[in-house]
Amino acid sequence: MRRVLGTQNRTLWFWVFVGPFALGLIVFTYVPLAWSVYLSFFDAHNTVSPTDFIGFDNYTSMLRNDAFTDSLVTFAVFSAFIVPTTFVLSLALALMVNRTRRGQAFLRSVFFLPAACSYVVAALIWKLSIFNGVRFGLANTVLGWFGADQTAWLSTTDPPWYWLVIVTVRLWLQAGFYMILFLAGLQRISPTLYEAAAVDGARPGWQVLRHITLPQLRATSIAVALLLVINAFQAFDEFYNLLSNSSGYPPYARPPLVYLYYTALGREQNLGLGSAGAVLLALIIAVVTVGQARWFGLGRKED
Amino acid sequence: MTISRRTLLGTGAALGQLTACGSNTGRDGGSSGGSGPKLSQWYHQYGEPGAEQAVKRYAAAYKKADVGVQWRPGNYDEQTAAALLTDSGPDVFEVNGPTLDQIQRGQVVDLTGLFEGVKDDFNPVILAPKTYDGKIWAIPQVVDMHLLYYRKSLLADAGVKPPKSLDELVDAAKALTTKKVKGLFLGNDGGAGALAITPLYAAGLSSVTEDGEVGFDDPAAARTLGKLRQLYADKSLLLGAPSDWSDPSAFTQGLTAMQWCGLWALPAVKKALGDDFGVLALPADGADGKPSLPVGSYAAAVSARGGHRKEAKDFVKWLWIDRTDYQEDFALSYGFHIPARLSLAKKADKLKEGPAADAVRYSTEYGYAEPLLWTPASRTAYQDALSRIIKSGANPESELKSVVRKVRAELDRVKKKP
Repeated sequence: MRRVLGTQNRTLWFWVFVGPFALGLIVFTYVPLAWSVYLSFFDAHNTVSPTDFIGFDNYTSMLRNDAFTDSLVTFAVFSAFIVPTTFVLSLALALMVNRTRRGQAFLRSVFFLPAACSYVVAALIWKLSIFNGVRFGLANTVLGWFGADQTAWLSTTDPPWYWLVIVTVRLWLQAGFYMILFLAGLQRISPTLYEAAAVDGARPGWQVLRHITLPQLRATSIAVALLLVINAFQAFDEFYNLLSNSSGYPPYARPPLVYLYYTALGREQNLGLGSAGAVLLALIIAVVTVGQARWFGLGRKED
Repeated sequence: MTISRRTLLGTGAALGQLTACGSNTGRDGGSSGGSGPKLSQWYHQYGEPGAEQAVKRYAAAYKKADVGVQWRPGNYDEQTAAALLTDSGPDVFEVNGPTLDQIQRGQVVDLTGLFEGVKDDFNPVILAPKTYDGKIWAIPQVVDMHLLYYRKSLLADAGVKPPKSLDELVDAAKALTTKKVKGLFLGNDGGAGALAITPLYAAGLSSVTEDGEVGFDDPAAARTLGKLRQLYADKSLLLGAPSDWSDPSAFTQGLTAMQWCGLWALPAVKKALGDDFGVLALPADGADGKPSLPVGSYAAAVSARGGHRKEAKDFVKWLWIDRTDYQEDFALSYGFHIPARLSLAKKADKLKEGPAADAVRYSTEYGYAEPLLWTPASRTAYQDALSRIIKSGANPESELKSVVRKVRAELDRVKKKP
């Protein structure tokens, strides 16, 4: 008994602590993943135990499907908007908070607070209060003071105002979180570097930022950029809550996860086709992430 | 921090209770307490006050089984579709279907035998989409329909008469649009979801013909859908309202002069506007067209994976075939629906005068039911195309050509199944 409970029995304690999590990972992640790959080779309408093997048909029809390719374009447009804007805004906030001498903790909290808000709640506030399309919506009320007509923000495709709503809600929600990452990076930069630069005659402001701060933030910047792209791929909550209604989802601004949700789990219940789409999407995310990491030189030893 | 054994056990017990909540299938809590097996019954969330208490009261009155009612908010169709894949789903559930795939996969039980002697008393238009291969797969509970509400005073002020054709509707919506009030509300998506295939029927076409062929491979379809684009381009449509087309708020709050909504909204509209409103079907388009509106019904189905199929069938027969008093109460005492049984609909006083009487008449003269062969995949392809036609001004002919191809492929797929 003593031997079993003793500190020396490391194998036992390893499994006591790691076992439950490993089991959870296997049951809730690896088994569904493997099952999804299995389903993708079958005609699996309304069933998770299909019998009609159809080979790669689901993959070819998914790749030929305009709705799926359009959803990838939606993702590309969304990340083209959201990645640089969040990056610049969170960096600017971090620089500002880092420099402030008074109320730093207060400002950090204020900017970080939105990160604690649910995507669903924020999306509904944006949709129902700020950007609703009638005359008493906040945005329309403000524009009305200047004589502008009411705008249906989420229903207008020409110009595509819905992007403004989608991007601003995510920007508000996540800029504070990345600000904290940048702040941590900023605080790791040694003050002696700035002192040495000052001695060498570097002008504070742009010159110091360009030649000292940004190169020192390289590792943080790469991590932030990678996380932003992966998060953009996973976009679902705000799109779904902003744009869907009881009759479905419009064909525009439909990111891959929303499309796959409707195909596999919506009324269509085509679990085979949805699984094929999920596998394709996972491969695309992996390729993009690895490519981006190599391009940034992540993991390469510093010269 | 040290965790005592008592704290650990307490936390474990609390987690256990939470897990129990998560796997609640309706078999516990809110149940009838009747003798016999436990059955779970699911309903989608109705907005009308009193409806939930009513269905719980009906379940409690059943003595041969202990029926637990679950009132499920959120995406009900998705919830039931996923639950039917498992053994822990409902025994009896309300369904806006079932879909052809659910029937072909054997997810629902054949209920044909329950209709013996009463089949002719069910509205045939809504029984048709519940019938496949000569068998009936769900018992219609109530008949619902969509229609066009218009505000009499606003039309009179603008010198506009209730429209009799789609062209007149386009003109009326334009004439009724002012800086503060829009002419027409067809939903925040411009009508793609709410109107769906109704314009095809208004043009004298259909989604799928009785022979199982595509029913809108015809130039008239493109012409009619082009007129919905006209409404959008004229800026006559209300868009971005806080609640969507199924809620009459935009109409009763004066944001729009006309609105496409459901029969269920009639009491709320009457309460807000008195007699200052009328109802219409979607007006006809073209020489071969006729006014049109969709009728459908939520129905009671029995899951094939439930452990008590026979008892569940006995229960649905008792509730939706034998107990006509409950059926009448459910249809007319809370929201506003037409009873699914012709004999009950005929004697319902509330349906005998005013706009309600008009609505009932339209449902028999102009109503169509979405065919069973119009699968969810076909519906999505069509609605996407309609949305692009309305909002982006996409070419109706080429959009419809691509939808016809997709619908043909879907029809071939489902016809191959046993």
